[in-house]
Amino acid sequence: MTSAHSPLDPPKAAPGEPVLEVSDLEVSFPSEAGRVRAVRGLGYRVDPGEVLGIVGESGSGKSVSSLAVMGLLGAGARVSGSIRFRGRELLGLSDGELSRIRGRRIAMVFQDPLSALTPVYSVGDQVAEAVRTHAGVSRREAARRAVELLDLVGIPNAAERAGAFPHEFSGGMRQRVVIAMAIAHDPDLIIADEPTTALDVTVQAQVLDVLRTAREVTGAGIVLITHDLGVVAGVADRVLVMYAGRAVETGTVDQIFARPRMPYTLGLLGALPRVDEAEKRPLVPIDGQPPSLVQLPPGCSFAPRCPVSVPQCTLGEPALAPVDGGTGHRAACIRSDEIARSEAVPAEIYHVEPVRPAREPGPVQRASRVVLQVRDLVKHYPVSKGLLRRRAGLIRAVDGVTFDIRQGEAFGLVGESGCGKTSTLMEILGLRAPAAGTVRILGRDVVELDRRARRAVRRDLQVVFQDPMASLDPRMPVGAAVAEPMEVHGYPRERIRRRVPELLRLVGLGFEHADRYPVELSGGQRQRVCIARALALEPKLVVLDEPVSALDVSIQAGVINLLDELKDRLGLSYLFVAHDLSVVRHVADRVAVMYLGRIVEVGEAETVFGAALHPYTQALLSAVPVPDPVTERARERIVLTGDLPSPADPPSGCRFRTRCFLHAALSAEDRAVCATVDPPRKPRGDGADHEVACHFARPRKVL
Amino acid sequence: MTLGVREAKRAGTTGAGGGGPVDAAPDGLRASTRGRLVLRRFLRSRSAVFGLVTIAALYVLAFVGPLLAPWDHTQQDYSAFLRPPSTSHWFGTTQIGEDVFAQTMRGLQKSLTIGLLVGLLSTLVAAVVGAVAGYFGGWVDRVLMWLVDLLLVLPSFLVVAIASPAFRGHSWVLFALLLAAFGWMLTARIVRGMTLTLREREFVRAARFMGQPSWHIIARHILPNMASLLIIDATLNVGTAVLAETGLSYFGFGVQPPDVSLGTLIASGSRSALTFPWLFLFAGGFLTLAVLCVNLVGDGLRAAIDPSAARGTARVRGARRARRFLRRAGAA
Amino acid sequence: MGGFLIRRLANYVLLCLVATFLAYALASLTFDPLARLAERNPPPPAAVVESMRQELRLDEPVPQRFASWFGGVVRGDFGRTVTGQTISDELGRRIGVSLRLFLLGTVVGVAAGVLVGMVGAVRQHRPADYLGTLFAFVLLSMPTFLVGTLLKFGGLQLNLAAGTTLVYFTGEYDPGLRGGWGSALVDRLQHLVLPTLTIALHQIAYYSRYQRSAMLDVLGSEFLRTARAKGLTRRQALLRHGLRTALVPMATLFAFGFGLLVTGSVFTERIFGWYGMGDWLVYGIEQQDTNIVATVTLFVAVMVLVSGWLADVLYAVLDPRVRIGSLGGHR
Repeated sequence: MTSAHSPLDPPKAAPGEPVLEVSDLEVSFPSEAGRVRAVRGLGYRVDPGEVLGIVGESGSGKSVSSLAVMGLLGAGARVSGSIRFRGRELLGLSDGELSRIRGRRIAMVFQDPLSALTPVYSVGDQVAEAVRTHAGVSRREAARRAVELLDLVGIPNAAERAGAFPHEFSGGMRQRVVIAMAIAHDPDLIIADEPTTALDVTVQAQVLDVLRTAREVTGAGIVLITHDLGVVAGVADRVLVMYAGRAVETGTVDQIFARPRMPYTLGLLGALPRVDEAEKRPLVPIDGQPPSLVQLPPGCSFAPRCPVSVPQCTLGEPALAPVDGGTGHRAACIRSDEIARSEAVPAEIYHVEPVRPAREPGPVQRASRVVLQVRDLVKHYPVSKGLLRRRAGLIRAVDGVTFDIRQGEAFGLVGESGCGKTSTLMEILGLRAPAAGTVRILGRDVVELDRRARRAVRRDLQVVFQDPMASLDPRMPVGAAVAEPMEVHGYPRERIRRRVPELLRLVGLGFEHADRYPVELSGGQRQRVCIARALALEPKLVVLDEPVSALDVSIQAGVINLLDELKDRLGLSYLFVAHDLSVVRHVADRVAVMYLGRIVEVGEAETVFGAALHPYTQALLSAVPVPDPVTERARERIVLTGDLPSPADPPSGCRFRTRCFLHAALSAEDRAVCATVDPPRKPRGDGADHEVACHFARPRKVL
Repeated sequence: MTLGVREAKRAGTTGAGGGGPVDAAPDGLRASTRGRLVLRRFLRSRSAVFGLVTIAALYVLAFVGPLLAPWDHTQQDYSAFLRPPSTSHWFGTTQIGEDVFAQTMRGLQKSLTIGLLVGLLSTLVAAVVGAVAGYFGGWVDRVLMWLVDLLLVLPSFLVVAIASPAFRGHSWVLFALLLAAFGWMLTARIVRGMTLTLREREFVRAARFMGQPSWHIIARHILPNMASLLIIDATLNVGTAVLAETGLSYFGFGVQPPDVSLGTLIASGSRSALTFPWLFLFAGGFLTLAVLCVNLVGDGLRAAIDPSAARGTARVRGARRARRFLRRAGAA
Repeated sequence: MGGFLIRRLANYVLLCLVATFLAYALASLTFDPLARLAERNPPPPAAVVESMRQELRLDEPVPQRFASWFGGVVRGDFGRTVTGQTISDELGRRIGVSLRLFLLGTVVGVAAGVLVGMVGAVRQHRPADYLGTLFAFVLLSMPTFLVGTLLKFGGLQLNLAAGTTLVYFTGEYDPGLRGGWGSALVDRLQHLVLPTLTIALHQIAYYSRYQRSAMLDVLGSEFLRTARAKGLTRRQALLRHGLRTALVPMATLFAFGFGLLVTGSVFTERIFGWYGMGDWLVYGIEQQDTNIVATVTLFVAVMVLVSGWLADVLYAVLDPRVRIGSLGGHR
């Protein structure tokens, strides 16, 4: 590192002095509708070695504000206010001047590691470029340093892998590469913009670990931007909650989670399903939508959605004011003192009905009839590679999956991406004879179905996809979309006309929505339309493929509640696939955990989450962040090593053994058993219904 | 809990059965539906509007012009051979005293009509072939795409040129049909590519899982969602068709005498272009103007329909403002 | 893998064969070489027409004629023209003429097109960009014969202004030229400028539009942002990361651009009096000569496939994601 201190190169930390101080930051963009005021009067500071978590939903301005710090906003953006880095004003510097600071003093880690690396250069070259950009070293020296950095962030065989291209790395590995570039010059500040959002929980835990290491190695302050309160609870020292371009609450992580004083923060915390909570409480949905940032109504921007708003709220936008006696905890709400005095919890503030009708315990339900029976289902497909599309192997996406779903039951299928859960769904939905194994729907084997019978079965089997925008035809009004399945199945026109408003009402939409187009609806509304469409034919079984993962937390809560309620009212069965274990725990009655095309553990949700036996389930659960800093600090984490092995070439014997912490601790003899004998799924534990595929399964507290 | 709460809200559950809409639509979207938005973006592009207006004007001129002119395109003025433009012969005359204006208008008529017809027809063929190949996949796809490959190996110019003796003496309609029959391949490839993506889109899957038959899915979901692409391509194909027509006619492989097109006019004019430029410049100018305008409209449509391209105009203004701001901030 | 390559090659050969057959059949069906003979004044005796019919084997069915012609092609004999010359004799020379035009036109066109497109993207909405866009739009709206004729006109003006002949606009070289090797080269160049420019201008316009939009697509990409976050300036990031990545889709375009080139060369050769393959095609159709037309078609088909193959190779060179035998890894 150079030692000369030019004006652009302020000295290293003076103790007590902030690394970054942002004040009155305003950012706006041009848009079709007018100027979008994405950030409005934001201020915060970051001290050396401190992690500041910035939390907010999409569109709250959290990413835009950090791009403003980096000077990476598009040319159309208008930025004002002040961004002081080590006392030096960054705003107004030229691109050339900023580029001397970027990557050396301030580094950034982006959300999507898949697209954050240039596809045509090797990862080693890209890290070496980061080294050479600010240090006048030889190519060779830079390459050597790049390998060192890759090794530091935990890339195995760094020297060899440095020559690989980004597409040959998994998402988690790519994110490590990006972090390696970020720490190349011991920056004073690292801005991490949703660094783990695109990753699986187990990989998320690894990457967060790497970030912690990065902080220890460099002593940098970290700004961690995320929508996931669980991640913040585990990593951040202080938290800033953003809403509609403003900071609405800030304080230490314990203050925010234990004593939130702004109704929005309260709502966010209440909207979150928790993986560590056995008791099923209805979630807190926050009504409405974040306001348009083009024409903001006067007053508090949260007032239209706030359950405790009063007429004064619309008079002026409340400033961020100290609460609870000014201990660094500040909130932007004129009623924060009242909230403090009442010590209210989210469910009270948001008037959520306390208890849902208690569900009947397992055994009674299990007696009812089987809606879907899957036995030893197999789906393999060939993969081809390269320009010549030569055959590279056989992906064993689904490799012997067995489960039942009974009437009125919500069955959750969980696992990391690539474990075969979506392939399983598609096999079932295809209603074609599987390559091996059987699928019986409502007692009928799909092999026996002819064209007519298949159509008839379709009526009882409906699906809701992940992305509500993608699953509605953008050129079809909502009413037509809901009517489509009924038209296909030959309902008389009169009946369809009557049923459409009925269905819309059922999912909490009004009839006026019938002639709107999907673009005119919010994400939550669109997903409700999809649900209405799925229910149009009064199906028995609804397949839900990640139905809430594309939605913001506050909206997600409403959809989850709706799904819960519809199930109870209409006696539906769900096959529910999700990667978010908290959501699954909330929705599902029974849960199956998939790994590399197999189910490794299945049972009552309470049993699987409460007393997981398979080491993979334990690792998954342990990786899920809990939105409670106290619990998070006390938790012992199992961090899985490495990535998911390729489904084209699964390990011999037990498929999980290559990443298994239990396996690693076994004696040599036992290890040999794992390596040679494929563990069968056997009933375990107290629950009659609890099956685990592990030779040496043992309980372990993970939550 | 002592806080006063606004009454109207019953947020507890989701309103299943309760009626009220749960989360309201984002503001401002209702007012500007997609069509209107596209139109607004299109109208903002000055070059596209210029193109549209000019192309309309050219059409009107091509059909109304001959009515106003004193000469017919086959008529010969024996008192004026090879005269430069004048008040009686607006664009001058040819070696045998034909009126260049009348001929140019006639040629413009023919070229524009053929271009329009061929552009629309070939896009139609492309849409059907591409969507069918992409949606059904398998051997249907392989056969159709092999056909496309074949037609790419055998450039359409070549095929139509070779076939030209066959329609000598026949109407230009046959020629136009032939042009369309060999002009759809590139668009078909693009349509196929888009169909492949659309086929995996969830709304198409949803329709399939609903039991909707394949032809319905193509007609109701796939093609309507490619409408914008098809409109753009049809426009650009009109330009391509005009160029193909004039090119073939230039060699005498297209529109046959006594009919004229801009291509035949340029061909006969270019032999003496260096000394009698009016024989050639008017036809050439009109041709270039017409194709340019069609391309401008196509490009404007593309920008209006594809929002990422439409950011363009906003970007300029924004950039200028940002620069100005930075200068001020730097000075302060 | 070897099997795959062979299958692909077989498909190429099949495509060439079918394309040539179609052209041959179409030509045989539409052409009437005897009609031209009969039009002569005074009309030739019936015996001459009859012997011509025999010689051209016009009574045999088309597939049979094609088979015997193609059998000759395999042995290197492309048959004779209607007027009796051996096609093979002229073929080599004409291919040379056309390839010179193709290669120079493509090299100049691709290089300048990429440059113009890149400048347009980097300086988007500045005068340089507008100028490039205008240039491309006008050129793409002009048929080659118009561009060629205008260039001829421009060349004439240039020669007049210079008072001496700087550029020629007919033929490939001056047959009456005396002098050494040096002056022959200069003479060739003087003849080369205008035709090459005619071909290249279209290519420049075509490639520049795509290069510009490919670069603009890349502009908003996350990896460009990462590159800037590393400390590269906007310009450095664009040139090092943007340009390189935006070149990848250009490889595919290269194959499609070739059709444009073939058609363009037909006009160019005609206008500037170059006796290449394009000129031959027009001549063949005018003479109603099936063999010439089929030969040119075969040539075009081979060229299109070779350029398609080149595009694939280029693609693999530019994009590691499709490279064969790269480090085995995930996904």
